[in-house]
Amino acid sequence: MTKINFIEFSGAEHSIDVDNGNTVMEAAIQNNVPGIDADCGGACACATCHVYVDKDWVGKIGEAEEMEKDMLDFAFDVEENSRLSCQIKVSEELDGLTVRLPEKQF
Amino acid sequence: MEKELFETDVVIIGAGPVGLFSVFELGLLDMKCHVIDILDKPGGQCAELYPEKPIYDIPGMPSVLGSELVDLLMKQIAPFNPTFHFSSMVQEITKLDNVFWEIKTDHNEVFKAKVVVIAGGGGSFLPKKPPIKEIENFESNSVFYSIKNKEIFRDKELAIVGGGDSALDWVMNLEEIAKKITLIHRRDQFRAAPDTVKKIFSLIESKKIDFIMGQVSKLSGEGGILESLTCKTTEGDIEVGCDSLLPFFGLTMKLGPIANWGLNLDENLIMVDTEKFETNEKGIFAIGDINTYPGKLKLILCGFHEAALMSQQAFRYVYPDEKLTFQYTTSSSNLKKKLGVS
Ligand SMILES: Cc1cc2nc3c(=O)[nH]c(=O)nc-3n(C[C@H](O)[C@H](O)[C@H](O)COP(=O)(O)OP(=O)(O)OC[C@H]3O[C@@H](n4cnc5c(N)ncnc54)[C@H](O)[C@@H]3O)c2cc1C
Ligand code: FES
Repeated sequence: MTKINFIEFSGAEHSIDVDNGNTVMEAAIQNNVPGIDADCGGACACATCHVYVDKDWVGKIGEAEEMEKDMLDFAFDVEENSRLSCQIKVSEELDGLTVRLPEKQF
Repeated sequence: MEKELFETDVVIIGAGPVGLFSVFELGLLDMKCHVIDILDKPGGQCAELYPEKPIYDIPGMPSVLGSELVDLLMKQIAPFNPTFHFSSMVQEITKLDNVFWEIKTDHNEVFKAKVVVIAGGGGSFLPKKPPIKEIENFESNSVFYSIKNKEIFRDKELAIVGGGDSALDWVMNLEEIAKKITLIHRRDQFRAAPDTVKKIFSLIESKKIDFIMGQVSKLSGEGGILESLTCKTTEGDIEVGCDSLLPFFGLTMKLGPIANWGLNLDENLIMVDTEKFETNEKGIFAIGDINTYPGKLKLILCGFHEAALMSQQAFRYVYPDEKLTFQYTTSSSNLKKKLGVS
């Protein structure tokens, strides 16, 4: 189990224990964290699972693949630390990872 | 727009895999179909969300790409010659009498049919609306998520936002008629057909269009008429004069008009029985991802099964005086004739 923290746009926080191997998007959906829509169910095809990775973690979670970078074009208000949460696989190294959610996924 | 009238046995709303396969099941029972979808192509989620991804749980097909499944379904239903109406959204369904329904689209098409099959999946694929503050104030005059008539942009100053095929295709399409085009995208890479991307770069280099790497953060104007927008860039905010904004951020599924058709819903899904997959209105069926019943699974396979059973009851409405006999496609000469394989 790995702890992932979600901070909603409103500031509400959710700290969730996630099985390794699941994605950050799946963790949010399974635990009813509002603010992630995930229309395509994790296929990297919708960009409605957009999150901002806490600055301290950007280096540690590795870079997005080309496909994800392309898909981020369909998210709104994309920043340096933007990721699609369905493409972040949870592992022990990510224990304590914090992601912030955008105001809206569209 | 001129009103167009169509009369048919069955109107199918949604050309996803389940809507397509129901053309086959209905066709075997001699029912003619018109299929309506807001997308400009068949396939629903398979075509729009995952054309290049393999599906592993279609019976008898160990692996098939989303786009391949759609192509195969189109081939399978071809003998029944369905009429497709793409880029049209069904707005209303009204009961005409005890036999017929009237179905109306946003393109002024009017259908008269004995049976309506709603295969609407997760709802209509609609353009994403970027959550820019007050954008809704400008939507009726100055913000366009899709384009029906490009002439309205003649001699206008346009801001086109996005980096995919839609954004770039429209830049090329409108370049000749607009007074000025500013293309706004968050990075200097584009995800579109290589040939298109090449043409866009040459338009930028020859200064035929402006390019700004950034993201729209604010719209300004009076009385719903856009005058300029603010673009957040790495070098600070840039003000761009424009009278129309065309954002292209892809599509998302929204339930849409289905909610207004007087059908019993449970959390945005249409409630049906599991014998005929009929709604609370006789003659209106719901199959595929859009329906719900105890034990429902949103799988293509389940939608196909629902299409087969639905067709049995649909037959009773379309041919009330005829008897339905159960037959196999393998051995029935009657069915083989319909499929053109006898
Ligand atoms: C990434 C991903 C992977 C998947 N993988 C699998 C898998 O491996 N196996 C599997 O079985 N399933 C899978 N699915 C689910 C599968 O795609 C759906 O079950 C299937 O698409 C449902 O088909 P449908 O025809 O009911 O609806 P859809 O495919 O959603 O099509 C519905 C269509 O109706 C149209 N529509 C809705 N309302 C209106 C209206 N008012 N007017 C006009 N048109 C309208 C929509 O625009 C849409 O095109 C996957 C889904 C996704 C997103
Ligand atoms: S869930 Fe669709 S891109 Fe992540």
